Amino acid sequence: MAKKTGIKIKAADVSVHYGDKQALHNVSLDIEAKTVTAFIGPSGCGKSTFLRCFNRMNDVIPSAKVSGSIQLDGAEINDAALDPVLLRAKVGMVFQKPNPFPKTIFENVAYGPRIHGLVTSRREEQDVVEDSLKKAGLWGEVSDRLHDQATALSGGQQQRLCIARAIAVNPEVLLMDEPCSALDPIATTIIEELISELQKKFTILIVTHSMQQAARVSQKTAYFHLGELVEHGTTVDIFSNPKNDQTEAYISGKIG
Amino acid sequence: MTFFTSFSSLALLIVVIAIATYLFSRRKVTQAAAADHVKPHSLARYYGLYAGAWALLPAFLVLVVWTLGSQPFIDANVQTLLVQAYPDLEKGFLDLKLAQVQNIAAGLIESQDETLLKLADDYAEALQQASNLRTSIVLLAMLVAVIYAYRRVSPALKARILFETLLRRAFFIAAAIAIVTTVGIIASLLIEAVRFFSQYGLLDFFFGTHWSPNVALREVAAGAADEDVGGSTGSFGMLPVMAGTLLVATIAMAVALPIGLFAAIYMAEFASKRVRDVVKPTLEVLAGVPTVVYGFFAALTAAPFFRAIGLNLGLDVSAQSALAAGAVMGVMIIPFISSLSDDVITAVPQSLRDGALGLGSTRGEMVTKVVLPAAFPGLVGAFLLAISRAIGETMIVVMAAGVSAKLTANPLESVTTVTVQIVMLLTGDTAFDSLKTLSAFALGITLFTATLLLNIAALTAARRLGQRYE
Ligand SMILES: Nc1ncnc2c1ncn2[C@@H]1O[C@H](COP(=O)(O)OP(=O)(O)OP(=O)(O)O)[C@@H](O)[C@H]1O
Ligand SMILES: [Mg+2]
Repeated sequence: MAKKTGIKIKAADVSVHYGDKQALHNVSLDIEAKTVTAFIGPSGCGKSTFLRCFNRMNDVIPSAKVSGSIQLDGAEINDAALDPVLLRAKVGMVFQKPNPFPKTIFENVAYGPRIHGLVTSRREEQDVVEDSLKKAGLWGEVSDRLHDQATALSGGQQQRLCIARAIAVNPEVLLMDEPCSALDPIATTIIEELISELQKKFTILIVTHSMQQAARVSQKTAYFHLGELVEHGTTVDIFSNPKNDQTEAYISGKIG
Repeated sequence: MTFFTSFSSLALLIVVIAIATYLFSRRKVTQAAAADHVKPHSLARYYGLYAGAWALLPAFLVLVVWTLGSQPFIDANVQTLLVQAYPDLEKGFLDLKLAQVQNIAAGLIESQDETLLKLADDYAEALQQASNLRTSIVLLAMLVAVIYAYRRVSPALKARILFETLLRRAFFIAAAIAIVTTVGIIASLLIEAVRFFSQYGLLDFFFGTHWSPNVALREVAAGAADEDVGGSTGSFGMLPVMAGTLLVATIAMAVALPIGLFAAIYMAEFASKRVRDVVKPTLEVLAGVPTVVYGFFAALTAAPFFRAIGLNLGLDVSAQSALAAGAVMGVMIIPFISSLSDDVITAVPQSLRDGALGLGSTRGEMVTKVVLPAAFPGLVGAFLLAISRAIGETMIVVMAAGVSAKLTANPLESVTTVTVQIVMLLTGDTAFDSLKTLSAFALGITLFTATLLLNIAALTAARRLGQRYE
């Protein structure tokens, strides 16, 4: 149960199978509210799979079977009766490759509020769009061309647009799967600063392959290997004195 | 020599010689390289391919050109002889005699007619001489080419580069032939259409509301050029025919568009893999049904069915109706639309679907608000292609729409279409340069232009979809 300790999400004994193949083995992890938690580990170790458990995006993959329990503010999200549509309004997601809809910038951001009925007037809608774009640090660059096609933006701008789109529905948790891997260093820096800013309002889970990025943006880190959660703790601890040999080898660049 | 006079045996001989040239040239370069202790410019097989291509291409070129080119000459010769033998026969009957002569010469029919037999003999002999000559010329061309190429084969020759160049030219020629023939077809259409418009007013054709091409044929043919225009030659106002085409096509699209699109959406977004694996091939089989089968389904099943329903409702449905033809044509086009739309919808990147679902869209919202808008240009392209198919479709309307040219928007009446009229105008015993037959070319070029524009629009739309996801 979510106590006053500030635990936002409690994952217990979570396993994921793709067909016969088990991709995630009995992972248990508590996620603190308004913190950035980084998932690191070698390719194929199950980071994305685990991340997708938090908004039931594994439902979309026909072969995927999820077991175990994940509680968001004490409510079980793997409950068959729970509507994933409502869950995803609370747990937003930003993908590895920017995926703006082929619509205008404005419509991209307004999409979520519209489908969830969060806005009732044109005025409100404009406010939400402006507010979200400001939080995503994109407002200054696009305020005078809100009705241009979103696909005409640069990669970094597109990714910030996707972040704006996600936070426009006012989620509580934000899942980010390698949000900077398709971006250049400057765009990456901008997004990292943005994450530190967003952390004041949202609980953020981020998958990253960059150790520096994990060290820069996160307070908590979880290290995965071959579908198992090997070690987790504060980022400072994990990076300065990892208890596990595998973790140490990975963060010092010996495996990966 | 006589054995190699038939086309196929000569072609076989050419291939055999080309293979021999390949082998000998390859050996020549290997041996020369070994003797001089040098490394050939290219791999040994390229020398073989280079010389082999030289053996093959000129010989085949001469063979094909000669075969196609000599026939008209021989025919013309016989024709002159025929005119001498039957000085007062009409042109149509002369053509008939020529066909008889050819058939007798080929041993297909027999005849007692002395004159014809004599001509057939001459004809057969001329053919024989022509093919003997052909064999000699082809082999001569081949010999020259083989000697030229084989002598050039040496380790220093840049055989790979030369062969690649040759190959590139061959591909270019193939592409050019495809384009040239298309242009040729259009040109012949155009020429006949221009002949029509020189005798019949452009505006009268495109905006005339009366279509009745039927007048006695032969007299018109005799003096078509000096016949006064529009008088006793029938009237060729295209509007009723065009209206029929559009009416049938509209009905077809009204059936095919919603069903085809919904089927595609279902298959692409909602069907499980198992259902999809069954439904998609089934629809594709439907697309392979010959149109004549749809045609008699329309004429024998759909039309009486609509008529019976009409009777019950107190409506007068004619035995052949735009409705029956259009509805069946729609059924025919469903798989066309669903298959194209399915391709377009599945081409929308999965990342957009993930993005929509990740924001908490339902599947329905994802499809209507993200996937379909993203696929829109491609879908428009698919529909335009389908329309162009509908207006060009012939068999179903010939069998089920009727022949009466009426300017009507009532789907229960029988109508006629551009394609039906072209079939009517050009089949049967018709003198070829009457205004009536020429009008078929005017209709043809109109139809061609319409479908061409639709196809260009479709390609442009589809290209816009492609550009978004590059
Ligand atoms: N849709 C799927 N179907 C079947 N197997 C899958 C699927 N997605 C992932 N897997 C498997 O599950 C395992 C974990 O994959 P996952 O994508 O979670 O790894 P990851 O840690 O995110 O790797 P990366 O760093 O390369 O993104 C891998 O072995 C992968 O092959
Ligand atoms: Mg991943």
